[in-house]
Amino acid sequence: MRTPLLHAALVVFCLATLYPVLWVVGMAISPGQGFAQGLWPLPAHPTLDNFSALLGRGLFWRQLANSLLVAALTTGVGLALSVTAAYAMSRWSFPGRRAGLTALLATQMFPATMMSLPLYALLDRLWLLDTLSGLVLVYATTAVPFCVWMLKGYFDTIPKELEEAALLDGASPGQIFLRVVLPLARPALAVTALFSFMTAWNEFILAATFLDGASRFTLPVALQRLVGEYRTEWGLFAAGALIVSAPVMAVFFALQRHLVGGLTAGGVKG
Amino acid sequence: MIAALLLIAATATATATPTATATATASPKPQAYAAPPRRLVLWHSYRAAEEAGLLASIALFEQRHPDIKVELLAIPYDAFPSKLTAALPTDHGPDLFVFAHERAAGWARDGRLAPLAGDADLLGIEAMTIDGVVQGLPLALKSVALYHNRRLVPRPPATLAELAAIARANTRAGTYGLAYQFTDFYYHAAFLNGFGGALFEEPGHRPRLATPEAERALAFVRDLRGAMPEEPTSTLVAALFREGRAAMAINGPWFAGELGGVDYAVALLPAPLRPFLSVECVLVSRRARQPAAAASLASFLAGRESAVARAVEGRQVVATRSAYDDPRLRGDGFLMAFRAQAERAVLTDSSPQMAAVWEPQKRALVAVMSGVDPAEALAQAQRRAVAVSRPAPATRSAWPYAVAAALVAVAAVVALRRAPRRAERQPAGTVARAYAYVAPAAASLLVLVFVPFAFGVGLSFFHHAGGRFTFVGLQNFADILGSRDYRLSEPMSFWFTLAVTLLWTVVNVALHVGIGLALALLLRDPLLRFKGVYRVLLIVPWAVPNYITALLWKGMFHKQFGAVSHLLIALGIEPVGWFTHFSTAFAANVVTNTWLGFPFMMVVALGALQSIPHELYEAAQVDGASRWDQFVHVTLPLLKPSLLPAVILGSVWTFNMFNVIYLVSGGEPGGATDILVSEAYRWAFQRNEAYGFAAAYSTLIFLVLLGYSALTRRAAREMEPA
Repeated sequence: MRTPLLHAALVVFCLATLYPVLWVVGMAISPGQGFAQGLWPLPAHPTLDNFSALLGRGLFWRQLANSLLVAALTTGVGLALSVTAAYAMSRWSFPGRRAGLTALLATQMFPATMMSLPLYALLDRLWLLDTLSGLVLVYATTAVPFCVWMLKGYFDTIPKELEEAALLDGASPGQIFLRVVLPLARPALAVTALFSFMTAWNEFILAATFLDGASRFTLPVALQRLVGEYRTEWGLFAAGALIVSAPVMAVFFALQRHLVGGLTAGGVKG
Repeated sequence: MIAALLLIAATATATATPTATATATASPKPQAYAAPPRRLVLWHSYRAAEEAGLLASIALFEQRHPDIKVELLAIPYDAFPSKLTAALPTDHGPDLFVFAHERAAGWARDGRLAPLAGDADLLGIEAMTIDGVVQGLPLALKSVALYHNRRLVPRPPATLAELAAIARANTRAGTYGLAYQFTDFYYHAAFLNGFGGALFEEPGHRPRLATPEAERALAFVRDLRGAMPEEPTSTLVAALFREGRAAMAINGPWFAGELGGVDYAVALLPAPLRPFLSVECVLVSRRARQPAAAASLASFLAGRESAVARAVEGRQVVATRSAYDDPRLRGDGFLMAFRAQAERAVLTDSSPQMAAVWEPQKRALVAVMSGVDPAEALAQAQRRAVAVSRPAPATRSAWPYAVAAALVAVAAVVALRRAPRRAERQPAGTVARAYAYVAPAAASLLVLVFVPFAFGVGLSFFHHAGGRFTFVGLQNFADILGSRDYRLSEPMSFWFTLAVTLLWTVVNVALHVGIGLALALLLRDPLLRFKGVYRVLLIVPWAVPNYITALLWKGMFHKQFGAVSHLLIALGIEPVGWFTHFSTAFAANVVTNTWLGFPFMMVVALGALQSIPHELYEAAQVDGASRWDQFVHVTLPLLKPSLLPAVILGSVWTFNMFNVIYLVSGGEPGGATDILVSEAYRWAFQRNEAYGFAAAYSTLIFLVLLGYSALTRRAAREMEPA
């Protein structure tokens, strides 16, 4: 009896949430480059011209590949950096641990708008300007503080007894971390992976500032090119925004199966 | 540790490979018969026709100079100025770039541009002639003129009285006599200049905005209100004119690309209106690697041959006089109208003081159009302009501060060395292993986050003017905290903005967590069908780039054309001007940001919920606990360790959520909905490049948030395992 009601509520909520996105769809499949008005977002004569115009651009696939590479590497590097740090902060007490946690939080507090100039000078000195690796490092370090906090919080909930049991079975600390703790932390890993991916995926200001070649640009930079000083090509921009969103949803769809089923306490009891 | 290092090494090589191939393909291929061509790099932000015109010009140049290869880089306009500011002082900058004179003059003053040979054939050459030295060659003239729909307005108005009469005569339900962005000072300048107004008092070149002429110009525009669409944006103006629902529009050459099949013509603005003239120039960097070749490309681009190509292909109103001898240009009514308007325009002031004028003028325009008396609005604008163009504080000696900083550093080191004593009972091996696990993250953060951070904090002790920094000690902080120019209760004071920022953060985080957690609780049921579909649909607001969705929300809150207004009308409620009152503008920002932010919190809560063992719920059910009891006594306490980080960080991010404020309310009304970070942004990029002042704002933001995190530390301590 409750389930139909629940579905009805969820459907209504989804529709309300998707209504603004319907506008993006409407703009993307409109023939013009305008910004629609009114209550009903979809055009009378839909067309896929904006999509084919975008996909037909010489560098589109190259820039999509750049974006995917940067986002994937950011996810990998970001997770590698944070998983180890978060585990250490959750399991062992060592001098500077608490200060480190606070410092991580503090990194998020200084507005990013003031950071791009010094970062540029820094990357210049590190020979990382105009490279995708430099961009990946910047994105990954941006994502690390949240990932460490999130993962540490989750590691804290994993019973230590499991690790102690593994230790008695003769596992090394490295094995315990890789074989026992990480599999149990899958939900948190999924969340942080998605977060790291998103940190890199939609960013354009830093990418446009640090990269000096159209063949190295990421897709959001190419997309932002459609926004001019005086006018914006909204149809193309909307089509591009939808194209950019698709991989995010695919990534989330792939990750969300790790958000099912709880941790079982049986391992401790039994 | 080794695994982590290997992983990093592997990713580092993986990142290096595509870059290497990219550079390899980008470098010019050596030609068989000659030495490798000299390479010039030119940056621009042209698009569509203008980009095609530039490409055609470059092709012509390369034909003439086979020994020179020109590489073009098109950069998004939003990132272009800051990229130039960052790159021009380094070896990564371009040899040449294209920019409008108002902004380029700043780089000229900072000594970033190379002197060039002048050319009497160029209109507007005075725009980039600074202290008698030509520092840029004009390519195109940009001003607005009058577009009229020939079916509705066959003969354009010649006087202001005619303009008003025609505009009113063509206004009926859903159709407007005149459409232009009247809240943008760039457009309004035509009226101010037309009524004989000026922006500065001479000598001294100090802003003087509250003049009788300015008042009359504002009153004239205000009286046209009924004949114009409200809250005009460039896209709204274009849509109305294209659909024949605006009889006239004031706009620039770029507007023509948006007009589809409508039968229109361009005419001079009626006398005595005189718009701003912006001169787009080609500029040569002082660090150009090939100065001679760069200079020759610059003069070629500004020369007749290229000008004709840019005018014909790119539809540019070129600045080269002799190009207009070409019959294709002379016979082009569109280009000739804009060329004539450029002769009846006022060169936009490019002094640093000009940066102090834009925002106060915009705020005054918005206020007048929503009913404030022009004199009152201008008096307020004058106060703002004076506050923004604050004189340089006295220079101070940095020594006492350096000594104080050193003492603080020593104290911090001592405190750090003493604090962790209680933790040292750990076996030495554990501590070493812990450091090894933390080291990679710590090292990268140290380099890429703390170094720029220290730079930013250091900057807050300086005053920036004309490319030079002077040490002013704590004066920036004193001026901000003491609210030097405003009463505490005024929207522009630090304390008012801080209060708004706190309210903004609390409301948003509560909504994010509330909605996100509720959805996560509904969507975690393993037996729920279509669970995955719902989840994916609900993260869409996070997935779509927020630049477009934030602007969409702004569009939905438009008083006359927005979906929200349509909905209100359908419900029988009178629509409101969302951005004319603090409460509604704030609400519009909150709705947008809630929509953007709840999916993240939902995902985090979904992850966090997985840490709660099912057995606990089973046990609670056995004990007869209601669902609410289970939520309060099982879910919430167990959720805390993994949800709290997201809540704390979420509030930090919301505190600094710049995009939504900037794109949706834009701080309206009168800066009341601005938060601290948008204020810092304005100081850095829209008000005189007051980098030091902006850095001081940022440092204060940092301190406020640090205080907040100290408050939550107790909560954080509770998360620690026993």
